[in-house]
Amino acid sequence: MMKSIRFTLAALSIASASLSALAGDAALSPGEQLADRNCAWCHGASAQGFATAPQLAGQRPAYIVNQLRSFYDHTRDNPLSQQYMWGAAAKLTPEAAHDLAAYFAGLESKPANDGYKELCAQGQEIYELGIPDENIVACVACHGPNAEGVRQIPRLGGLSYHYLKRKLKQWGEGYHSAAQPPMPQIASKLSPEQIEALASYLSFVR
Amino acid sequence: MKKIALRLAVPAAILTAVLSAGYGADTGYRLGRSKGGFEGKVQYCKECHGLSGEGYRGYYAIPRLAGQQPVYIENQLRAFIEKRRTNAIMANVAHVLSPDMLTALANHFHALNPRPLGGAPKALLAKGKEIYTLGIPEANIPACAACHGPEATGSESIPRLAGQLYPYMVKVLKNWDRDRGQGATPDTSAIMNPIAHSLNNAQIEAVAAYVSSLQ
Repeated sequence: MMKSIRFTLAALSIASASLSALAGDAALSPGEQLADRNCAWCHGASAQGFATAPQLAGQRPAYIVNQLRSFYDHTRDNPLSQQYMWGAAAKLTPEAAHDLAAYFAGLESKPANDGYKELCAQGQEIYELGIPDENIVACVACHGPNAEGVRQIPRLGGLSYHYLKRKLKQWGEGYHSAAQPPMPQIASKLSPEQIEALASYLSFVR
Repeated sequence: MKKIALRLAVPAAILTAVLSAGYGADTGYRLGRSKGGFEGKVQYCKECHGLSGEGYRGYYAIPRLAGQQPVYIENQLRAFIEKRRTNAIMANVAHVLSPDMLTALANHFHALNPRPLGGAPKALLAKGKEIYTLGIPEANIPACAACHGPEATGSESIPRLAGQLYPYMVKVLKNWDRDRGQGATPDTSAIMNPIAHSLNNAQIEAVAAYVSSLQ
């Protein structure tokens, strides 16, 4: 009798242990659950970004919420956003967007380090001082000394050179984004060389 | 006499027309060397200072220029150029501005009047108003209204405070002589030194909140 009870208890405890391992999801935050099942495919399991999908780890949460809203509203209309993010954000509720944003914001970010090193000095000068003769403002005024952003202004530090270059170009090409003016006016004034310098510098900023 | 007068009239008229060419024309020697002349420069200022000059809360609090006293704006731009007021971004912005451009920009922003950005803690407004209108006699602090005006609109070289950004006001009052008066000889910013030093942080935040709410 005792033997069978002990056996049953042992079997039950083993079974419940493996069940809770399978249901390991329950220990994760709502944001992480959503991200693992929906975002990790493109943005990477640690949200550092992959191929054309940008890094989300360590991004300002208010910025992420605004971007998700703009994908949902079809405001942000550059080609890759249309192709991938409009669908990805189509069923998001505001709560889900907040949960995702909180999750990504809390992740540690690693700089992409994929810019051209020889352009960094020029990029840093544009970032910190702008070019007054060409009426190009200093990015640091809004984006911060380490390109970390604040509130709804995004972190630029450590994002991929390729992503930043594309975004800066697209503003000048007339694509819309969640950002109100003045970003389109600012970015439109940049020459291709200045864009490459900025994108290179920023990709190394931690 | 009539003939001579007529002969002079045409060249005189041409000369008058040329000399009175206004700020719309990109006459390089008058407006400086930057691209886009006056319009380009104004747009550039507004990219940081707000599209109607209302200011902007970037990483740094970028102050409101709308409605500001032109003499004050010109003085600050000169202070940035001469490094009497420390700000790396503004020194770079200002050093390419010709005197005529300085004046034109100051007058342009003076004429703007958007609503204040707001956002200061409402709980501080009553105390802020008291300090602004009555001063703090026990600390020997005069009423701000005495110089800045009852509506905080300033005059001449005394700046308008109405509608200024709350975080910007707090920052400048707390750091008054760390950023200003950096030249070899004292400049007009010295007048605020004893006041800024005597105000404690709570009083600074209160009066900053109050002026930021004024239209």
